[in-house]
Amino acid sequence: MTDAVITQRGLPAAAVTQRLSRDDWIMRAFVVLVGVWMFVVVLLPLYFMMSKSVQDPDGNFVGLANFREYFATPALSYSIHNSLYIAVISTIITVSLAFVYAYALTRSAMRAKGVFRVIALFPLLAPSLLPAISFVYLFGKQGVITWLLMGNSIYGPIGIVMGEVFYTFPHAMMILIVALATADARIYEAAISLGASKPRIFFTVTLPAIKYGLVSAVFVVFTLVITDFGIPKVIGGQFNVLAVDIYKQVIGQQNFEMGAVVSVVLLIPAVIAFVADRIVQRRQVALITSSSVPYQPKPSALFDRAMFAYCALIAFMILGILGMAVFASFVTFWPYNMSLSLNNYNFDVMDGGGWEAYWNSLRMAGYTALFGTIIIFTGAYMVEKVKGFRLARNVIQFLCMLPMAVPGMVLGLAYIFFFNHPDNPLGVIYGTMTILVIVTIAHFYTVSHLTAMTALKQMDPEFESVSASLKVPVLKTFLKVTVPVCLPAILDISIYLFVNAMTTVSAVIFLYAPETTLASIAALNMDDAGDVAPAAAMCTMIVLACAIVRVLHAAASHGLERTTQAWRKR
Amino acid sequence: MKQDAAIIGRAASGVSANEVEMKARRGMLPEERPEASREVYLRIENLTKKFGDFTALRDVSLDIYDGEFVCFLGPSGCGKTTLLRAIAGLDVQTSGRIEQAGRDISSLPASERDFGIVFQSYALFPNLKVKKNVAYGLENKGLGRQEIRARVAELLELVGLPDQGDKYPAQLSGGQQQRVALARALATSPGLLLLDEPLSALDAKVRAYLRHEIKALQAKLDVTTIMVTHDQEEALTMADRIVVMNHGVIEQVGTPEEIYRHPASPFVGDFIGSMNFLKGRVAGDGRVQIVNHTLETTNMPATVAPGTEVLVCIRPEDIVARNVDGRESNVMDATVHEMEFLGSFYRARLLPGGHASDAIQADFSINLVKDLGVREGGSLRVWLPADRLIVFQER
Ligand SMILES: Nc1ncnc2c1ncn2[C@@H]1O[C@H](COP(=O)(O)OP(=O)(O)OP(=O)(O)O)[C@@H](O)[C@H]1O
Ligand SMILES: [Mg+2]
Repeated sequence: MTDAVITQRGLPAAAVTQRLSRDDWIMRAFVVLVGVWMFVVVLLPLYFMMSKSVQDPDGNFVGLANFREYFATPALSYSIHNSLYIAVISTIITVSLAFVYAYALTRSAMRAKGVFRVIALFPLLAPSLLPAISFVYLFGKQGVITWLLMGNSIYGPIGIVMGEVFYTFPHAMMILIVALATADARIYEAAISLGASKPRIFFTVTLPAIKYGLVSAVFVVFTLVITDFGIPKVIGGQFNVLAVDIYKQVIGQQNFEMGAVVSVVLLIPAVIAFVADRIVQRRQVALITSSSVPYQPKPSALFDRAMFAYCALIAFMILGILGMAVFASFVTFWPYNMSLSLNNYNFDVMDGGGWEAYWNSLRMAGYTALFGTIIIFTGAYMVEKVKGFRLARNVIQFLCMLPMAVPGMVLGLAYIFFFNHPDNPLGVIYGTMTILVIVTIAHFYTVSHLTAMTALKQMDPEFESVSASLKVPVLKTFLKVTVPVCLPAILDISIYLFVNAMTTVSAVIFLYAPETTLASIAALNMDDAGDVAPAAAMCTMIVLACAIVRVLHAAASHGLERTTQAWRKR
Repeated sequence: MKQDAAIIGRAASGVSANEVEMKARRGMLPEERPEASREVYLRIENLTKKFGDFTALRDVSLDIYDGEFVCFLGPSGCGKTTLLRAIAGLDVQTSGRIEQAGRDISSLPASERDFGIVFQSYALFPNLKVKKNVAYGLENKGLGRQEIRARVAELLELVGLPDQGDKYPAQLSGGQQQRVALARALATSPGLLLLDEPLSALDAKVRAYLRHEIKALQAKLDVTTIMVTHDQEEALTMADRIVVMNHGVIEQVGTPEEIYRHPASPFVGDFIGSMNFLKGRVAGDGRVQIVNHTLETTNMPATVAPGTEVLVCIRPEDIVARNVDGRESNVMDATVHEMEFLGSFYRARLLPGGHASDAIQADFSINLVKDLGVREGGSLRVWLPADRLIVFQER
């Protein structure tokens, strides 16, 4: 036996490559599939869109001629200014309002925190055109409280900013609540014991601790506003913004090249905000330590009452805006016949798509939730757990982050160029339900993917090792252990996809066919045709579906928690 | 350096009659068979593992015999887990060969190797009941329901948890979870059991109890077992042989007694137990000079020439203070500089030359301290037995 060693010694050591097991092959196949999928549903369409921006209508390369034309046309390029203006103002207002609201929910001892929290999330259930429609009823020419605007018109920047604040408020609030809730109580105790005054603590402890959350909220709101289409479409009047310009160029003028140019222009701020946000978030992760002690607010009569009053006011406005649209949908003929009826719900007698559109939306949202969750969670698992394959993993991780940076309008237009290309065999899905489902999954991929990743990273990394040692196929362990353990995250992903599929307008507006009209698009089209009350009614139906699904989700989560509490953490 | 590690590994793995005798004395293996007659079950040859530029394992060679309980012992980051994971095929080595039961498994994926494993985290499936966890590897082997149920019952019995099958892992204590993980790893009757710090997450009492349990279970099943630990007490009490590792190489392989009594390097002596290290010089055949004394030793390396600087080592508990009068050699007069009470004994710092830099630590029982009137500032004559003085050539 010693001989063997001696003969071996001196020889150059041969590198060992591990043979791939069946599981390794299976996982790699999945990873490749995910890669191909992301390539086809995100990267290739974007490439087609970008190349369109440097072509003439016949497909000849014209360099930057389209861009030169764009910047030489003030009517077009002035939208850049408008979009940035709206985005900056809306971001400042939303983040300020949401900060105080989140501060009240985490740092005060006021009553009804749970109720306030739920109310603040209501805007998530509505398509973005709902607040715009409400504002027409509240502040329009025959509005309920038009006098509040003191002669200013709601159609234009004022209306857009107000709508955007409503629509982005819950996003900012959620980020800020997380940031405020993870702050370490021990730092406050230390500050108080050092005799620091309240304002001093706020500026030296609170603000620095949540600065990453604050910055993140700013970027998220900015991106949402600058890419939003629904609100400026309904209430923007003559005030042009980039997202609406894309729509006008493509649908109104059939000028696809100019649509592509505006898309590229819109892509730039969105990508910058996205990259900045990623950098900030990466830093933030390192800040949270597992030994942090959560902060317990102490009652303080004056402060708590002030905070309660503030939250009540905000909640009242949210409910008011939501309620206005709902109420208007039941009014027979505003403002001449204020009696209540269901006339406006008679969608089938109106242009826009009828009830069919609503059922389409439910189907589309259902498919998106079902297939999207399966694709996204399985994909995340394979990318996270595959052995080796580093390059493919990194590329796919990047591709999974990309959709967040791509505005829905841009993605939708990119899909036209790619899937409607005469040489594309995938063109068969153009104009079908399938393409609507695919574009929606792609559009909302990133957040879902990150949710899945977070859940997967919390699992013991040795489950797969144990499973391999017991010769159990990895797919079996995936189904028997990973999926059940991650079920809460899986439910979160599916509800997120469902609600967004119900409310989205931007990505699908270029891709629906007459027989696949969706509820949100029908609402938009009815509003366009002057049928504002039926549009409000359709929005109400969307909110209703989202709310029901939310309640079901809450019940399912609760039930799940009860039945699995035996094995979840004690 | 490279070769040394391999040679030490090999040399020490050749089993002496002495080892068998000692093991019989410890009474750990009732049906003792001399390891020499056992087959090599796992053979590791020239294993190297690199993480980028960093070499976590450097040309490691080791033989493990059938039915043996081997501990990988070493400080944090020395490569114990890396070696274990290479054996399992979970993180394959950069180069080198591994042979298990005569089969070259060097490049096989983990799922085609034959081992059961218990991780520090246990990695129990939280959503499956204990019995389902234990049955996890059995369900895939085409066994009938009845058979599986019987085997699971048998295994739970074996690890002392016969009526915990219907609980979820989270409903068990840490020690119980550990035993479930063990039962799961043993369910498919693997030829090799790998344990990565299986006891480190438990409190001291449970740990001491489980040490005994695991050892008894292993002996009963006669399954070749490798356990990673950085706890020397665990290794000394459980292992048939200990593999001491440091900086990605094997420093020494041997029975607990060999490792303790005859450390192959200053590192081993220092890492396991306590050790005095005294600078000295070879004074001739079997003689070394330290401070102002010339001492005899039976542990002189063969190759050192007189005048060579060496490290002379002795364990604190090997220093004798009783019945010293009348001895001719290896006797020292020292001042007792400090005494530290450590519960069952005193640790004294003796100054044979009067300088604090030459201090020697010695452990004295409470009785001895009382009988001889040892006190701080007093003087004391001690004897350093020649067979307890170990000499290392300074490198
Ligand atoms: N995946 C990896 N990438 C880079 N370096 C690694 C990796 N895994 C281990 N190492 C390094 O290899 C060395 C040996 O690691 P290993 O986990 O084997 O140590 P260990 O002896 O098990 O220590 P411990 O007692 O702390 O568990 C360490 O220095 C570690 O930092
Ligand atoms: Mg380790």
